[in-house]
Amino acid sequence: MEKIYERTKLIQADKVSGFCPGCMHSTIGKLIGEALEELGVLEKTFLITGIGCCGLHIDYVRCDNTTAAHGRACAVATGMKRSRPDSIYITYQGDGDLASIGLAETMHAANRGENITVIFVNNGIYGMTGGQMAPTTLVGMKATTAPKGRDPKEHGYPMHMCEILNQLTAPYYLERCSCNNPKNLMQTKRAIKKAIQNQIDGKGFSMVEIVTSCPTNWGMSAMDALDFLEDNMLKEFPLGVVRDRSKEE
Amino acid sequence: MARVLMKGTEAIAEAAVRSGLRFFAGYPITPQNEIPEYLARRLPEVGGHFVQGESEIASVNMVYGAGCAGERAMTSSASTGISLKSEGISYCAAARIPMVYVNVSRGGPGVGTIQPSQMDYLQATKASGNGGFRMRVFSPSTVQEAVDMTYKAFDYADQDRNPVLILSDGVVGTMMEPVELPPMRTDEELAAIRESKKAWAGIGHPFDVPRSWNQPGIWDTLKWEQQNKDNAALYESWVPEVETLDLEDAELVIAAYGISARIAKAAIKALRAEGYKVGMIRPKTVSPYPYAAYDEINYDTCKAVLDVEMAIPALHLWDVEKGVKDRCPIETCLRSGGIVIQKREIIAAAKKILG
Ligand SMILES: Cc1ncc(C[n+]2csc(CCOP(=O)(O)OP(=O)(O)O)c2C)c(N)n1
Ligand code: SF4
Repeated sequence: MEKIYERTKLIQADKVSGFCPGCMHSTIGKLIGEALEELGVLEKTFLITGIGCCGLHIDYVRCDNTTAAHGRACAVATGMKRSRPDSIYITYQGDGDLASIGLAETMHAANRGENITVIFVNNGIYGMTGGQMAPTTLVGMKATTAPKGRDPKEHGYPMHMCEILNQLTAPYYLERCSCNNPKNLMQTKRAIKKAIQNQIDGKGFSMVEIVTSCPTNWGMSAMDALDFLEDNMLKEFPLGVVRDRSKEE
Repeated sequence: MARVLMKGTEAIAEAAVRSGLRFFAGYPITPQNEIPEYLARRLPEVGGHFVQGESEIASVNMVYGAGCAGERAMTSSASTGISLKSEGISYCAAARIPMVYVNVSRGGPGVGTIQPSQMDYLQATKASGNGGFRMRVFSPSTVQEAVDMTYKAFDYADQDRNPVLILSDGVVGTMMEPVELPPMRTDEELAAIRESKKAWAGIGHPFDVPRSWNQPGIWDTLKWEQQNKDNAALYESWVPEVETLDLEDAELVIAAYGISARIAKAAIKALRAEGYKVGMIRPKTVSPYPYAAYDEINYDTCKAVLDVEMAIPALHLWDVEKGVKDRCPIETCLRSGGIVIQKREIIAAAKKILG
């Protein structure tokens, strides 16, 4: 029989995902693997995961990897890419990791135009530590550390990382995607592929923000979480290309 | 080989380049700014990379990355900046990533003073980050020693796959002395060093060989305990380096490291000229600490050990006590806050004990 679909070689064949049902981390892992395979760079890729559920990938992927200290993935990638420009360095970070504790490292790597690919998984909450408020938590959304919901008077507003980085001159490519339906999923894959291609071509800093759900810490079923994502998250975080310097060339 | 006149910090930077340093990241802080400034000029000349990090935290994590990629990498700072680096240092120790860092220490605690001090002793030797890892810590007394120790530090870091600290201070860092520089490692030598790290370096391996997996933590507690046991065995294997002077007949032994030891040596020379029998123990590695040197003291003649250091409360004293093991009294001669100890203060303290 003809084989028409195969699991990406990025994921170890004997591994069963430990992500919660409905979690999009595993989907994104698959998309990264497919993009790397299609670009023919899977075996020269190094994955730098942040700390959080995003870091669970280290147990599943076959490629070289390390876990960066919480928030420092872009700094680690800076040191790696400068030392080994021929290898491909991808950071994979959650919203607590990239936008809170690692805000400075993210902003400055972007501002230096480091030739790296950043995958930013924005699920609006701290997944691994059990549902604390994130910089991207929606106004009114409940978190274990904001039991009455995010109150702008006390907690400020959700941070829009693509738009914040868009204030800088150096970043090459910034796009916000989601994985909530097949169309958006295919677009996410195209964006990831582009962000890696940019690195291959030496273009500089590329970030793909992927708006996802965390059914477990949102306290919803996987299906309800998809609705919440569509109705609320995507209103706050509109999808689309925020910056693409290739269009200006 | 010809000797050249160099400032301590610049000599350290040049020695690092000669030893194969090709990636440096750091954040400005007095009194070590000449290290990043020198390397910003020098590293591009040898095909290396210099990055001014946005903070000490970012800088040390860049070094974690470069070290993880198999490059000889270094960062430097002073006291309060070193505190911020402790995260990355602990991560390097955990993931077994070689790196070298320099502390040109100044007065503490807090932002303290910018003048020379030895107040980071316990942080440097006992707990440079969370998690109970150990490091080789070298403490130079002269610019030449700073050069030689820095040159060697990269070999130790690679051999152990562990961080190595050069614990300097604002005096050795800022004074100018004639030094003999070690030879520049050739491109072939550096290629061989990189090749030796290939199996574990984060460069993206083909899937038919084991992946490089440098993890600062894992879920498997038994595996992690085993790694801690292996690390403990590594730490045990290290041999301390020490200089001792005239211990056989000494009625007083001065214990001091780094710049205090250098000043103490001048004091001992003056005391000996006056007929006082004074000896010395000078740890060159403050970790591992040369406790065994204290067994060479003749406790029949020795009235006391005098700990001389630029720290109040005394910190090196913790190790002196562990070496002396109550075999004679221990006295102290201390300055702090960025004040450099004076020869005459040491002479006075010695005479007070010897009568
Ligand atoms: C320095 C430090 N502070 C705190 C933590 C605890 N911690 C682990 S994961 C995490 C948050 C993860 O949230 P996010 O980045 O949004 O990733 P997710 O789990 O949602 O994928 C925190 C705070 C840590 N590991 N290190
Ligand atoms: S806690 Fe949330 S982010 Fe973490 S695996 Fe579960 S669903 Fe995914």
